[in-house]
Amino acid sequence: MTGPQPIEDSTLRTGTPARTGLLRGTSSGELADHTFRYAMLVCAAAVLGVLLLIVYELLVRSNLSWHAFGLRFFVGEDWNPVEEQFGALPFIYGTLVSSLLALIISMPLAIGVAVFTTEMCPTWLRGTLSFTTELLAAIPSVIYGLWGIFVLAPLLRMYVQPFLSRTLGWTGLFEGAPYGIGMLAAGVILAIMIIPIISSITREVLSVVPRHQREAALALGATRWEMIRVGVLRNARAGILGAIILGLGRALGETMAVTMVIGNRPEIARSLFAPGYTMASVIANEFSEATGDVYLSALVEIGLALFFVTIIVNALARLLVWSVTRGQPARAHA
Amino acid sequence: MPDVLPEDRRQGLLSPKRNHDFIVLRRRLTDHLMTSLAVLTVVLVLLPLGAILAYLLYRGVGSINWAFLTQIPKPVGEAGGGMANAIGGSAVILGLASLIGVPLGIGAGIYLAEYGANRFGDIVRFTSDVLNGVPSIVIGIVAYSIVVLRQRHFSALAGGVALAIMMVPTITRTTEEMLLLVPQSIREAAYGLGVPRWRTTLSITLRTATSGVITGIMLAFARIAGETAPLLFTAFGNSYWNFNVNQPTAALPLQIFIYAISPFDEWHRQAWAGALVLIILIVGAVTAVRLAVRHGTLAGAN
Repeated sequence: MTGPQPIEDSTLRTGTPARTGLLRGTSSGELADHTFRYAMLVCAAAVLGVLLLIVYELLVRSNLSWHAFGLRFFVGEDWNPVEEQFGALPFIYGTLVSSLLALIISMPLAIGVAVFTTEMCPTWLRGTLSFTTELLAAIPSVIYGLWGIFVLAPLLRMYVQPFLSRTLGWTGLFEGAPYGIGMLAAGVILAIMIIPIISSITREVLSVVPRHQREAALALGATRWEMIRVGVLRNARAGILGAIILGLGRALGETMAVTMVIGNRPEIARSLFAPGYTMASVIANEFSEATGDVYLSALVEIGLALFFVTIIVNALARLLVWSVTRGQPARAHA
Repeated sequence: MPDVLPEDRRQGLLSPKRNHDFIVLRRRLTDHLMTSLAVLTVVLVLLPLGAILAYLLYRGVGSINWAFLTQIPKPVGEAGGGMANAIGGSAVILGLASLIGVPLGIGAGIYLAEYGANRFGDIVRFTSDVLNGVPSIVIGIVAYSIVVLRQRHFSALAGGVALAIMMVPTITRTTEEMLLLVPQSIREAAYGLGVPRWRTTLSITLRTATSGVITGIMLAFARIAGETAPLLFTAFGNSYWNFNVNQPTAALPLQIFIYAISPFDEWHRQAWAGALVLIILIVGAVTAVRLAVRHGTLAGAN
């Protein structure tokens, strides 16, 4: 992480000013160096500035709603723009439930793919497989949403939901009319979207587990799976947890695909078949049409809450990943 | 294998030989079972990818035609029309975003790699990781606050600012990583020739790391090219041609969203066509860069 040391200063400055001038041009070279350094510093400071600006704007614009409702805002169930009553609980509930559902579905799949790519698959397949999962990450959210509306929702409505309500209807989680669109669809589409993130970070974490751990397990006569379980997964579990939480962070803030398939109704229902609403999608749907300062401010406050939650979740995840990869930066995933 | 040995003792009722065979069999079966499960997960993950791409091709190819690429949307109920203005609008917004985001990101990356071995550098590193995780819709709110509210109307500029903010962290971190890969001796060689430090950074270090930096830029570009959420209340959309950065502008992802949730079949058809165009642009860009980097067209010294 150390930058280049300014060796030229100490060696060249020992000469007389005239010689220095001869070798390096006049002092304008130094001036240029300083200017360049400060220009780069300004760019770096701008990154910090942007984050501070985000926090500042969110705090200022949500002030009105914060003063009107206080903490009640986060426990109130009533979202009524006409009477200017705003409670964000249905959105918080929808965000949490859809994200958790996505995690439950994607976790085993993503880890399975990562384990397969790093430990089991033949070398010639490895590159193709990781490229394909990257491709899954490159598909824009709005296209997932489009596919969700026209392919996934009908599939759920016709096959999956009737099956679930027949077999697991007694739990109360799978009852009611099968619309297709709803919390379940949102969870499934989110799961597909976060698999690449979880699996690529898990792959990274697994690949830094020292080779001798694997060899030691194999030398004791372990089968391949026992080697993976004892030698690899157990050593990487903190990092895998980090990868999962990073996926959670992405799921919490995901907007378009969820907005298109969740049904957009601010109600808290036990059944996963029922339509819901998330924090991100209420902003997406209502922000540009919000009339009245309190309404707008309430939406910004939801954004503020979303911002803080994702920051905490991401920071936690990065710490966990770093604890395994030992400070090598977890690659920025696009 | 700590948990194999106690298992061994518990099975002591059987004869040692049969006991041993049983355990070996069980372990081998578990191994096969887990391998098959891993293969199954791969299939289950590739299935939706295949399904999405196949359906996209199926619906999209039939809907793309010359009119789609050259005309602006027709009013509801009239057949035909296209998304040409949205494609143009996307180009304007993405161009603006790159104009702001790329220099800023590279500059910050240079700072982190060349001068950033200090506390401030660590803060900036952490900040850019945090910024990378901020939901795009929140960035949309901020761009709305700082541009739209000041200008008092929606504009391509506001969309560009929102997307630029999303580009910066990725570019910053990849630039930093790539510059740090450049061997110190190359920098020292330049210093030894009397090349000033700024010149070394720009002409030697950055030049050597070009392929990596470009990959970072393309990744960031691919990420923002499909973004819809931050454009909803910044660029806003427009049914007509607009190349004025101070006016509301259509964008391809935005148009896809609006058409997808509309009740009209004709618009659904166009949404699929738009989605195909969008994915071809994104996947094309990513693949092109990947191939170029691998086959050495852009490969630097690393």
